[in-house]
Amino acid sequence: MNILIELFSYDFFVNAFLASLLAAVSCGIVGTYIVSRRIVFISGGITHASFGGIGMGYYLGINPLVGAGIFSVLSGMGIQLFSSKGKVREDSSIAIWWSLGMAIGIIFVYLTPGYAPNLMSYLFGSILTVSTGELWLMLALAIVIILFFTFFYRTILYISFDEDFAKTSDLPVNLFNYLLMILISLTIVLNIRVVGIILILSLLTIPQATANVLTREFGRMMVYSVGFAFLASFIGLLISYFADIPSGATIIFTQVLLFGMVKLIHVFLTKKTQ
Amino acid sequence: MKKLLEIKDLSAGYDGNIVLEKVSLDVYSGDFIGIIGPNGGGKTTLIKTILGLIKPISGEMILHISKTNIGYLPQVNQIDKRFPISVIDVVRSGKSDSALFSSFRKNTAEKEKAESLLAEMGISAIRNKAIGELSGGQMQRVFLCRALMNEPQLLVLDEPGTYVDNNFEGELYLKLKELNEQMAILLISHDVGTISFFVKTIACVNRNLHHHPSNIISEEQLASYNCPLQIITHGTIPHTVLKLHDEHEHHEHTH
Repeated sequence: MNILIELFSYDFFVNAFLASLLAAVSCGIVGTYIVSRRIVFISGGITHASFGGIGMGYYLGINPLVGAGIFSVLSGMGIQLFSSKGKVREDSSIAIWWSLGMAIGIIFVYLTPGYAPNLMSYLFGSILTVSTGELWLMLALAIVIILFFTFFYRTILYISFDEDFAKTSDLPVNLFNYLLMILISLTIVLNIRVVGIILILSLLTIPQATANVLTREFGRMMVYSVGFAFLASFIGLLISYFADIPSGATIIFTQVLLFGMVKLIHVFLTKKTQ
Repeated sequence: MKKLLEIKDLSAGYDGNIVLEKVSLDVYSGDFIGIIGPNGGGKTTLIKTILGLIKPISGEMILHISKTNIGYLPQVNQIDKRFPISVIDVVRSGKSDSALFSSFRKNTAEKEKAESLLAEMGISAIRNKAIGELSGGQMQRVFLCRALMNEPQLLVLDEPGTYVDNNFEGELYLKLKELNEQMAILLISHDVGTISFFVKTIACVNRNLHHHPSNIISEEQLASYNCPLQIITHGTIPHTVLKLHDEHEHHEHTH
């Protein structure tokens, strides 16, 4: 216990703790929407496309996260545009944006003179080096997401469950699809620093899978997901600190372990009651 | 009788492929129209156009009632059965024109309406179950409740008789007959034999549309409508269309 109190006296650890909390809020809620609507693959495409923006950020000397933000929003729109207007099959459209973004990123990083600092932290995450500025952005995003999903809970639920039916009852389906796509993009970008491009998909899917073992109700699934995401992120953070292993990997590993445990306990208990 | 809907020389389809060509249909209050025809003949395209989900390529579709006055029951296989949503929320989504900003309101009337519909269908006990835990018949009841939430003037059902047992199918059609006293009904079915017991008129859709003014329709007429029987009859228990018969004769199935 003392060692925990001691850890919280370090600024970098407090920042990492807050980052894991805020990441859990945004990823838990947005991830529930992603999983329920079966758009995990689209989210994967957006995530990897954002690497193009990181490369461009290095090349132009601006904050790589700004570039990543632009790229992820554009690729989200691009995927929808390609498949709806361009008659490209959706999974192919995703693959095109996914690989194009990665390619652009690699080209720009290569063209940037000298060494690209922190490149690994964008790919694999580095929760222990999250800055205070980034924390404020994550806090703002978490508040926007909580407000948006609370105010429009039923609209989002109905559109996600049955889009055609929602259209017949005059709900603004297209507007919400785009707004939610933008929220997904922003969630991905602001959480890249926590677990990295390669691993962020896990924060958007594994806590939700764990929550789905316990509930089949959209609202509860969001709350449980936030809880599981936070629990695993914090434990992963501690393991990372003490074992000196990159935090992104330990967080994901803990997520999967937690999922396995919950699933096993659930199977065991339901067998027993039968 | 009030005219609810007018379709004039309407052509519709997907990606420039015409599925329906110059079809016309008027729907009045009190109508109970069975829509039959082969798979791919345009039945679903017709009702998606009526619902405003597909824009017509040419021709006119005039609604004399508001869009939210149409209740819609989609094909069950269009629903994601693993979606995390409870029965009560599915039913309440039928009133989704009130969903915007619903977090700020109490929605008492909406909740009561949903509960009373569940009770009417005899499924109050499953109100908190997830949609994926239901049987086919329970699911159709839930979607019927959802379609009735707005107290529609026109009820549109796409193959409600699939994935349910024969008992429930009969029960469902009786329920529809009862509902027909309050609203017009458009019912898509491939099972002509069963529905012709309940519907008032039959529309055969196969690229064109022929609205037959009674629920009795002969093989010869169907053939002339380009609705060949062997295409209509499918499924494990094939049904043919009723032949012209007097009222006392029992309707026959061919196996």
